[in-house]
Amino acid sequence: MEAYISLFVKAVFIENLALSFFLGMCTFIAVSKKISTAMGLGVAVMVVQAITVPANNLVYHALLKEDALSWMGITGVDLSFLALLSCIGMIAALVQILEMILDKFFPALYHALGVFLPLITVNCAILGGSLFMIERDYNFGESVTYGVGSGLGWALAITVMAGVREKLKYSDIPAGLQGLGITFITAGLMSLGFMAFSGIQL
Amino acid sequence: MSDILNDETKKVLTAPLVNDNPITLQVLGICSALAVTSQMSTSLIMALALTLVTAFSSAAISAIRNHIPSSIRIIVQMTIIASLVIVVDQLLKAFAYDVSKQLSVFVGLIITNCIVMGRAEGYAMKNPPLESFMDGIGNGLGYSLILIIVAFFRETLGSGKLLGIEVFKLTKDGGWYDPNGLMLLPPSAFFIIGLIIWSVRQWKPNQVEKVEFKIMSIAHGEGGHH
Repeated sequence: MEAYISLFVKAVFIENLALSFFLGMCTFIAVSKKISTAMGLGVAVMVVQAITVPANNLVYHALLKEDALSWMGITGVDLSFLALLSCIGMIAALVQILEMILDKFFPALYHALGVFLPLITVNCAILGGSLFMIERDYNFGESVTYGVGSGLGWALAITVMAGVREKLKYSDIPAGLQGLGITFITAGLMSLGFMAFSGIQL
Repeated sequence: MSDILNDETKKVLTAPLVNDNPITLQVLGICSALAVTSQMSTSLIMALALTLVTAFSSAAISAIRNHIPSSIRIIVQMTIIASLVIVVDQLLKAFAYDVSKQLSVFVGLIITNCIVMGRAEGYAMKNPPLESFMDGIGNGLGYSLILIIVAFFRETLGSGKLLGIEVFKLTKDGGWYDPNGLMLLPPSAFFIIGLIIWSVRQWKPNQVEKVEFKIMSIAHGEGGHH
């Protein structure tokens, strides 16, 4: 149990996908102008991440890993090079299914998240989470923890960023730094702040 | 050669370098630009990989653009891009194993790099293969340029080396340069890109973004009181 808590804290703070691995930066910069939209996207990323990382974990361990097909009587086959293709296909398919389920059963939630869902397919944070899961060889339980944790970390980062940017509107910024430039500097300072967590060990 | 390098080709090849840079202006593909730049060698490999993937995927998508049904075009584009990335990934694992270990998941993340998708969707779907290929190369070079600049500052200032060769002699080896450890950490990449954007916009003022909220000066009484 302790290992899972430690992994969770590590995924949320220490190895924050947005601020220490720079994943999902494009949307992180583009959609962090208002707190409410940033939060919506953050929640959407968290939900998708919590579903796709374990799903990819199952596919990888049941089909792609070296000798994974032995349950079918096929041995000596290593399909792990297909992991990239299967991960992105899985993500695209799951996002599509999630969109349809939300539309059918939770229309209110669909209208709140709807615009963000297609964006999420091409969000590097989602694919990055699955690839990290494969690279670090997580088992199923760890992959669930990592999926939820890393999604939460990303959501936290973009919400904080949006909060800072809302206040930033009132400051007098040099013309050339306006917009994108100052956003990068702010993200840098936030990333510096998150580095303070790196000493924490559970 | 002259008929290949006509005006259109030249334009798509050079515009993305400064005037329409994918990173500083179009805000695409920043993820990997930040993550791999703590060393020059990884940045060069990454830049090369991305340029090749962008160029070939644009050419391939452009070649079949009239046969792709528009409702499933994203999936088709993604499959083409993912297949190319797998080829690059396998090549790196075979011939440059150390670098591929250092780049870890970031080679795979070329799939979701917005530059590749953006050029496929924005240019290759409307233009013939050769121009699309050149457009891919051009945007890849624009990306490479930023990557190389960032990596140059991060590696020289952070560890006193460039491509592993000593440039500044470090104090711990009896030299004069005390390395700036911050340059090797993630935040420095944000700062350097922020500063690059600032300098580019100072040089090309037409890239400056509009101010959303104008701050009124109270001293001149320009509506400071409501």
